[in-house]
Amino acid sequence: MSGVFVKTVVSADQLGRTIVRIAHEILERDQGLGRLAFVGIHTRGAHLAHRLARLIEQFAGQEIAVGELDISLYRDDVAARGSLTVRSRLAQPEIKGTNLPFSIDDMTIVLVDDVLFTGRTIRAAIDALFDYGRPSCIQLAVLVDRGHRELPIRPDFVGKNLPTSQGERINVRLSEVDGEDEIVLEATREGVES
Amino acid sequence: MNRNLLSINDLSREDIESLLATARVDFLDLSKRDIKKVPTLRGRTVIDLFYEKSTRTSISFELAGKRLSADVVNVKADSSAVGKGESLKDTTLTLNAYRPDIIVIRHPHVGAAAFVARYTDAHVINAGDGMGEHPTQCLLDIFSLQQEFRDLNGLKVAIVGDILHSRVARSNIIGFQKMGMKVTLVAPPGLLPRGVGALGVARQRAGTRSTDRPGGGNGADLNVAHSLDALADVDVIYLLRMQKERHEGGNFLPSLREYIARYQVGLRHLSGVKKVLHPGPINRGVEIEGALADSPENLILQQVEAGLAVRMAIMYRLIVDSAVADAGAAADAEAGAAKPAAEVKNIHAVG
Repeated sequence: MSGVFVKTVVSADQLGRTIVRIAHEILERDQGLGRLAFVGIHTRGAHLAHRLARLIEQFAGQEIAVGELDISLYRDDVAARGSLTVRSRLAQPEIKGTNLPFSIDDMTIVLVDDVLFTGRTIRAAIDALFDYGRPSCIQLAVLVDRGHRELPIRPDFVGKNLPTSQGERINVRLSEVDGEDEIVLEATREGVES
Repeated sequence: MNRNLLSINDLSREDIESLLATARVDFLDLSKRDIKKVPTLRGRTVIDLFYEKSTRTSISFELAGKRLSADVVNVKADSSAVGKGESLKDTTLTLNAYRPDIIVIRHPHVGAAAFVARYTDAHVINAGDGMGEHPTQCLLDIFSLQQEFRDLNGLKVAIVGDILHSRVARSNIIGFQKMGMKVTLVAPPGLLPRGVGALGVARQRAGTRSTDRPGGGNGADLNVAHSLDALADVDVIYLLRMQKERHEGGNFLPSLREYIARYQVGLRHLSGVKKVLHPGPINRGVEIEGALADSPENLILQQVEAGLAVRMAIMYRLIVDSAVADAGAAADAEAGAAKPAAEVKNIHAVG
């Protein structure tokens, strides 16, 4: 990994407080909690969705349904770059698929993902959701918005705006999968220089 | 996966595990949704070329392609230009001109799928070539067993019946052993292939129970028995259809009645056996007793269900894996090799 530059941009404490703030914002905006459900996009979005649901349960005393969405079959780049995603996903020892243990019809669905970048993942997630039912409304919560949108998609709840260059990468690390909470900025040397 | 799926030998044990994980995670539950379709192969073309009669294989390949949103064209030899004398080579070249992405071929002659693969740019899937192989059946059988038994390692399975004429048996003998299972072939001598030794068989005395003989044969755990007594020692029975249509002009059995008396499997044979599989179509009252065919001990319908998910996974992985290989080759050419690992590791930041 020569020529790579790594920096922690959000610490574990900050990340925890950010998620708490998003939970409060969702509570403030979405009144009918009985019709609210979280759907997290595999892998880290799913963990974030479960964390948000637990927090809202703490704050409002109401249980919130949580589902997990795998969008591999809905990607627009099956035959190109996205296939790398497929391969790395299949290389995981325990791959998980979509799990929506409730009807999404007439629900307010908050889609949850770790990083919002081009918007293509979210486009795929919305398409996938519509094959499972007809939600009354879909909102989007992301931990990091790093810019560079290629589609007309905007988040409803944002943890942190981190403007980046194309050569950089945002790596969200969560204790459930990575052993610790932090957000890391990675850049190749070319990325830094340009 | 390789470019094509012609033989179960095209896949390593790891390939099989990975492919069947795709089938389980991505495709098994799809058929339970109201909208039984994903857009994954939108715009791709699949041609199913069938030179032999088939119900489940042809339906499941057609549905698999459609549920992946591919355009599926079915060509049946009896209603196509084949009846006008067109050769397999010319048919393949003609179909290739439509630029299909996948050609699924079933043919009465061994090697037909490999032959087709030489004349097309499409991925070729062998859906049965004569007495050759039937790798997708083998994969769905392994999948069905995985759903029942957590670990296939050391699982004892008897393949019973018309092994000589069975491409399913040929693929399964290889595939089951790849997965660590111990295979016993049970058949009258006339229905065993002459070259069975090449598959690693340690031949037992006629009628004896199969035994574990480490180092027997070519070191393989494949045994042969000529009596249903061998079933006392197995976990799974894999029944084969008596392929009467391939018996013409040969003398393989003294009589069908004698076969039924000695080799028909029924509920009474299931003492220690946990499950019974059959690739279908079944011949009730020939290789399988009616009561067993109606019993929950058999997995026949689970196999059919598995077939759809597994065939979707095969089509998906043939397309995706070759795209990965192409992308990898292009990246290597561009960057002068190195560093695909870093790219794979950080994928979640890309979307």
